[in-house]
Amino acid sequence: MSDITLNASAKVAEAAPRSAPISQVGFVGWMRANLFSGWLSTAVTLLLAYMIVRWAIGFVDWAFINAVWSVPNNQTQACRDLRGTGACWAVITEKHRFILFGTYPYEEHWRPALCIALFVGLYIVSAMRRFWRKELALIWVGVLTLIGVLMWGGVLGMPYVPQERWGGLVITLILATFGLALAFPLAILVALGRRSKLPAIKALCVLYVELIRGVPLISLLFMASVMFPLFLPEGMNIDKLLRAQLAIILFAGAYLAEVVRGGLQSLSKGQYEAADALGLSYWQKTGFIILPQALRLVIPPLVNTFIGFFKDTSLVLIIGIFDLLTAGKTAIIEPAWQGFGIEVYLTVGAIYFIFCFAMSKYSQGLEAELNRHRAR
Amino acid sequence: MSETLDHIASAARTDAPPAILLDKVNKWYGALHVLRDVSLNVALGERVVVCGPSGSGKSTMIRCINRLETHQEGTIKVNGIELSDDLKALDDIRREVGMVFQSFNLFPHLTILENCTLAPIWVRRMPKKEAEELAMHYLTRVRIPEQAKKYPGQLSGGQQQRVAIARALCMKPKIMLFDEPTSALDPEMIKEVLDTMVGLAETGMTMICVTHEMGFARQVADRVVFMDRGEIVEIGEPNHLFENPQTERLKTFLSQILRGH
Amino acid sequence: MSQTTIDPRSLRAPPRRPLRLSWSDERVRAIVWQVLVVGIIGAIVWWLWSNTVHNLEVRRIATGFGFLGREAGLPIAENLIPYSPTDTYFRALLIGLLNTLKVAVVGIVLATVFGTLIGIARLSKNWLLSKIAGVYIEVIRDLPLLLQLLFWYAILQGLPGPRQALHPVGGVFLSNRGLKLPWIEWQDAHSYALLAFALGALFTWFYRRDAIRKRILDGRPRPVWPVALGCLLVLPVAIWAAAGAPWTVDWPELRGFNFRGGLNMSPEYFALLLGLTTYTAGFIAEIVRAGILAVPHGQWEAAQALGLRPGQVLKQVVLPQALRVIIPPMTSQYLNITKNSSLAVAIGYQDIVSIANTTLNQTGQAIEGIAIIMLVYLSISLSISLFMNWYNARIALVER
Ligand SMILES: Nc1ncnc2c1ncn2[C@@H]1O[C@H](COP(=O)(O)OP(=O)(O)O)[C@@H](O)[C@H]1O
Ligand SMILES: [Mg+2]
Repeated sequence: MSDITLNASAKVAEAAPRSAPISQVGFVGWMRANLFSGWLSTAVTLLLAYMIVRWAIGFVDWAFINAVWSVPNNQTQACRDLRGTGACWAVITEKHRFILFGTYPYEEHWRPALCIALFVGLYIVSAMRRFWRKELALIWVGVLTLIGVLMWGGVLGMPYVPQERWGGLVITLILATFGLALAFPLAILVALGRRSKLPAIKALCVLYVELIRGVPLISLLFMASVMFPLFLPEGMNIDKLLRAQLAIILFAGAYLAEVVRGGLQSLSKGQYEAADALGLSYWQKTGFIILPQALRLVIPPLVNTFIGFFKDTSLVLIIGIFDLLTAGKTAIIEPAWQGFGIEVYLTVGAIYFIFCFAMSKYSQGLEAELNRHRAR
Repeated sequence: MSETLDHIASAARTDAPPAILLDKVNKWYGALHVLRDVSLNVALGERVVVCGPSGSGKSTMIRCINRLETHQEGTIKVNGIELSDDLKALDDIRREVGMVFQSFNLFPHLTILENCTLAPIWVRRMPKKEAEELAMHYLTRVRIPEQAKKYPGQLSGGQQQRVAIARALCMKPKIMLFDEPTSALDPEMIKEVLDTMVGLAETGMTMICVTHEMGFARQVADRVVFMDRGEIVEIGEPNHLFENPQTERLKTFLSQILRGH
Repeated sequence: MSQTTIDPRSLRAPPRRPLRLSWSDERVRAIVWQVLVVGIIGAIVWWLWSNTVHNLEVRRIATGFGFLGREAGLPIAENLIPYSPTDTYFRALLIGLLNTLKVAVVGIVLATVFGTLIGIARLSKNWLLSKIAGVYIEVIRDLPLLLQLLFWYAILQGLPGPRQALHPVGGVFLSNRGLKLPWIEWQDAHSYALLAFALGALFTWFYRRDAIRKRILDGRPRPVWPVALGCLLVLPVAIWAAAGAPWTVDWPELRGFNFRGGLNMSPEYFALLLGLTTYTAGFIAEIVRAGILAVPHGQWEAAQALGLRPGQVLKQVVLPQALRVIIPPMTSQYLNITKNSSLAVAIGYQDIVSIANTTLNQTGQAIEGIAIIMLVYLSISLSISLFMNWYNARIALVER
């Protein structure tokens, strides 16, 4: 028996842990693994890096170095002389109040500004887990009432401002937030109805959801703007903003209902059976056991749906309501400022982006957290 | 005892190249050194059991053998073919080496029969009828021919693992790798899978098997390899190794295993 | 007692409980609830309906679709089939519908291709590529589509006029009048060749399927490429050559203040297509990424360990599982593209909504106009969902 490893167990000399070859670790290793792992990857990296650098230089040139930041009383000749080589931020300097607040009286701009702050505060409070209690509904009612008082005025020495003069970012926030607040209860009812055992109620809910989801929002907004006046008895008239708001609620209700239904479906059957076994009535079962769990589950998709509405409120532009996007578009109608759409849309886009990005990051974080909970 | 040893020795002394050769293999995940100078020869027809604490690099080692992971230093040869970036060589090796995973990895969208015939049809270009006959042959060998038309989700864990073995065998591999094939199973199913593997060992298949089943190791293994922290600490004939551990590390490991069972 | 006699009790039908007229009977409650809800909704609808009828009478608006036969007198810039302002409203709406389909169908194809590429790029091992794809997805999805459309349109409008048009390669002009491309002067020979190509493609597809089926049966490989070459290249070219090999390229040329000839893509269509494609691609990318990630890593490894080539792993193992996750949300993205194409009205592309809107403004037939819009979208939505359900069922059948 010459082969010692075969007939007796043998201790093998211990190899000391070595650090990886320099090409495997640290910054170099990371670059090799993630940027230059083969000739194809290297080519892609170099090409992309080249394009990014070129684009970034071009953008910095346009947006900062060659840009015009302000012009004296609407003399836009300086901007036009740039011929597209530089941005004309003067249009923002000049029109930012109009874009944010529309035709709201100039001296009263602090009121919509305060409303915007209230909206943001409301979102932040709603995002915090600590406040996910029944009292949150009260906070919403309170803040939304306060916003209504601030916008209309007519009390506490604030002059009355009619709805036709409201405009800008605050309209976008109003349409989205009131839309969500009022569509939500509707959505819960419809979602429950769609899962109900009563055929007539189920059919009605299915019809509503599928009809609304089958048509574009624009057609509902058109309906609100041209058909709605025909629906009401003679002499009764509803403001255009309110009509658009109604259309958005109807629209949001159908989509939210589907999200809520997803949550109801993902609850285990055991929860329903346990509630039945305790002898709870339908409404007790729904209110105490089912909804609290289902709604918690669907918060991330709810936030995503809300991002969708927030963006979709911009469609009211088509029926001529003065939201953020309409204000931006109107700001450049004036002949002096025509042709500076890119600057305005970039600015308006940045505002939309801040809101949507914050919400989307929040929903992603929440989802990860919920998944971790469920895995445990 | 000396009889079995002679048998092993003669198996190892044949002039044929070793079925698997690892020579000073090193591998890192980032800065983590997971395989340290691992050297191992496996002769044709030899059965090797690999054991060691969790995280010691057992999976990494056998996954390097069919290049599911790439090593960074040293050489690995399978049937005399060296593993490298050459895709042709890789194809050849993957055909010769079957693998069974801890988590079965059956294809859920295919029936049991289709799971088994997929590779023979697409890789070996075998006529469908022949592939099905072959699949039924191996399914019979793992004693579940009656499940052929079902989907993986309809089978128990033990049955799924036996299908996974049959699926690998359908490629008529010369070497089989097992990565803890019984760790995901309930105790009453472990035996049915182990029996299948013992049956396979009796046919003279070259096997490398990561497992902590001591009984299995004693019954079929020619050699047991004990790994710890990325290196091979001890190699030896099973009874000898288990009864006379030379290192503290193996002693600790064995006492933990015995306590666990 | 014989073993075979069946216990007569086991054949008994369940007893029918008589309906008790009491609130504690579940069925009574069900009926009351349903009557109540349907009654309230019915009353609201009836109230709205009677108001509408009354208002229409007061305003002397005649209802009905008679106006469809009247002369439209509305100019349409882009039409797939012949149209002039003297045609009827019906034809005008038909043109609008075709324009909607034109942008939706092309948008769906482009967004699918583009979105899939971005989704795969997001999964790439190359950090830079993956990050860029990630930033693209995040940014494009966080901006309103309407804003993006207006932005693209503003960029196109900001381009120089035809005289100073951008001219990247010969025959291609990009100006504020849109994109001009050279195009061959279309003749019958081209139609025949195209037809031959289409039939050839169909035949090649079937041939390939059959070849693979036979290969699976007897193991003998059958090359497909000779047939593909013949059907896709040789035959169409031969037909084209036999028909006289006409080949006149129609180059766009500057005449006065605008271009003549060539293929024209209006700035409106271009902006709409660009906006819809880039926006929806962001969503499709996420769907594709999630679908591929939904297939566990072990599936790739097991398939590789069996010796399957990367292409086979994808085709035989990963895609069948990923598609099951991808198709339902993909369907709703296709529906979204179609519905979002209605934003055309904001940048002046004349789709069905834009033309129906003009129609209802001209004729005052608000209800009919909106009904037409809704009907069109509902039928498109329904067709896409039916098709996708069918396809989904087919895919699901393969699985279980
Ligand atoms: N894909 C990977 N990336 C980074 N580290 C890994 C990866 N796979 C395994 N490791 C690490 O490598 C070591 C060896 O793992 P493994 O071979 O799976 O151990 P064993 O199979 O013996 O339990 C462990 O520390 C593990 O955490
Ligand atoms: Mg392992």
